[in-house]
Amino acid sequence: MNATTNSMQESPEKPAASTSQARSKSAVQIQNLSFSYGSTETLKNITLHLDRNAVTAFIGPSGCGKSTLLRCINRMNDEIIGTRITAGKIIVEDIDIHDPSVDVVKLRRDVGMVFQKSNPFPRSIFENVAFGLRMRGIRNKAVIEQSVEESLRAAALWDEVKDRLNESALGLSGGQQQRLCIARTIAVKPLVVLMDEPCSALDPIATAKVEELIWSLKKDYTFVVVTHNMHQASRVSEKTAFFYMGEMIEFGETTKMFTNPAVKRTEDYISGRFG
Amino acid sequence: MFNPENLIRKGPPKGYFKDVLVRGLLGGITYLMVLIAVLLFAKIIVDGAPAIFTSKFPFVDVEFLTAKNETLHVFDDAKGTRHQLPASKYSEYLNAHPGQEIYNEQTFSYSGGGIAGPIVGTALLTCGSIILALFFGVCAAIYLAEYAKQSPFIHAVQLAILNLAGIPSIVFGLFGFSVFVLAAPVITASPIDRSLLVLPLLIEGWALSFQGWNSSLMAGCATLACMILPVVITASEESLRAVPQGFRDASLAMGGTRWQTIRKCVLPFSLPGILTSSLLAITRVAGETAPIMFTAAVAAKDDFPWEGLTNPFGILSSQVQALPYHIYTLAARIPSSEYTQRAQFGSVLVFLILVAVLSFGSMILRAKMRKKLKW
Repeated sequence: MNATTNSMQESPEKPAASTSQARSKSAVQIQNLSFSYGSTETLKNITLHLDRNAVTAFIGPSGCGKSTLLRCINRMNDEIIGTRITAGKIIVEDIDIHDPSVDVVKLRRDVGMVFQKSNPFPRSIFENVAFGLRMRGIRNKAVIEQSVEESLRAAALWDEVKDRLNESALGLSGGQQQRLCIARTIAVKPLVVLMDEPCSALDPIATAKVEELIWSLKKDYTFVVVTHNMHQASRVSEKTAFFYMGEMIEFGETTKMFTNPAVKRTEDYISGRFG
Repeated sequence: MFNPENLIRKGPPKGYFKDVLVRGLLGGITYLMVLIAVLLFAKIIVDGAPAIFTSKFPFVDVEFLTAKNETLHVFDDAKGTRHQLPASKYSEYLNAHPGQEIYNEQTFSYSGGGIAGPIVGTALLTCGSIILALFFGVCAAIYLAEYAKQSPFIHAVQLAILNLAGIPSIVFGLFGFSVFVLAAPVITASPIDRSLLVLPLLIEGWALSFQGWNSSLMAGCATLACMILPVVITASEESLRAVPQGFRDASLAMGGTRWQTIRKCVLPFSLPGILTSSLLAITRVAGETAPIMFTAAVAAKDDFPWEGLTNPFGILSSQVQALPYHIYTLAARIPSSEYTQRAQFGSVLVFLILVAVLSFGSMILRAKMRKKLKW
């Protein structure tokens, strides 16, 4: 864990949040967040607390804003022109991520992301996992090798690729590529891992592997998973948030949500009556 | 109602002859073009081949490619044999046969010896301008594709760059002449009188003088680079944009800075495209006469650019010969005769072969790189 420090917290310019106090139970707190893309408001007044070392699922029909919210957490929306946060704030590990003193690069080192479409670089498997470490300026070969192996083992990929680490990552199957992307993300030891529909392009077997992976990594990381797959949400997550038209309709324990939702619309969506 | 007449018509359908006519016309025009191209190449190859190919091993007239350019002397000796000798051999001949009369002497400028000077000059101009254009072009393209946000101003900049590509090369030649030859800054101890502006430097005795680089390799390269910059920028920008957004997202989401992302995840994968497009620009640089006419090229030069230099950078301020300009000189300045054909058509053929090799090389390179980098 010491190979890469959690830079955002140890950075000298960190805001006044205290590390001496007990950390709040939530790894990520979204407070009254509103978000606009151009003139359309895509997220409306969302308040959500995500537990540490737990898996939270975001569900909802397409265009409901769940991916947008996910991308807000590591400020990937900064890359998209015309987007802005109109109200509210996001607090990751007691630090307001929109505070001027927070460097977005450092934020993203602590809040990693796995994308819907697996996007390994057209380099070797080893280089893919080592990429984040090298970018961080780690030159020590032994450290990198050890970290790559750890990450690939954690991503349950080591046994499949250990003999061909120097082959192109593009030669892997879709599921292996996605697990490689997860390995690449956790190689830099983030605090929070955001996953944007990580299994939407995978077959059921590969999906099951990724889900197992999330479940086994949960003890070390906080996961947020956007999914269209209700079963996936119910299998993998402890809490679920249901979004509809930019609003959060319901948030609660996954088991309760799937058996006894409080809101009629949630029940309709989960049972497949709309969306 | 059953009507066999409507089922299968007999005879040609309506408009059949028009169709045949149009097809014939379009095809005819196409093959006429091909015929013209074939005739052109055939003429150059038939006339130029004797100059550079020989029947003996190594089947190439090495001297024509490696010897310096000289004046050709044609004369009869006392026995009536006709001699064709370049200037250096001519004086050797005179020394070897003292007192012998020679008759019917004719001289043809630039027609003797070989064309090593122009080949070397073209190579230097091409390398220099490509390096310059690549550096500035890729920098601009990175800014436009990765940093600049789409705005009306940036759009105008892109449009201006595109328009720059359509400017005639002679205009670039005059631009290069007025800017690089006459006005570009140099650091010198003794500024000349026509210097536009002299700024004294901190070091005693030295000044920054805007007096131009004179007609030199440096000025020629800069002019040629300006000419192909639009092509390089546009092509590089497209290659950069062709890199999947996923690579950038992945790198940024792992905490890469924008520059790290560009350097590690965008540039390497767009390099094949950038290099191929610039290889195509090479053929253009190699072939242009107008931009170098005022800025770098000379018709005759007795030594290679690197000869007689006091320091290695002196090559940048020496003038050079260039193949296209040499061809122009041979065609326009000396009367055509059976003795000048070797130089004239030989130069053209060598030039064509060079350009063909470069184009072919870029095609192979592109195919190879495409195969290697797929995603």
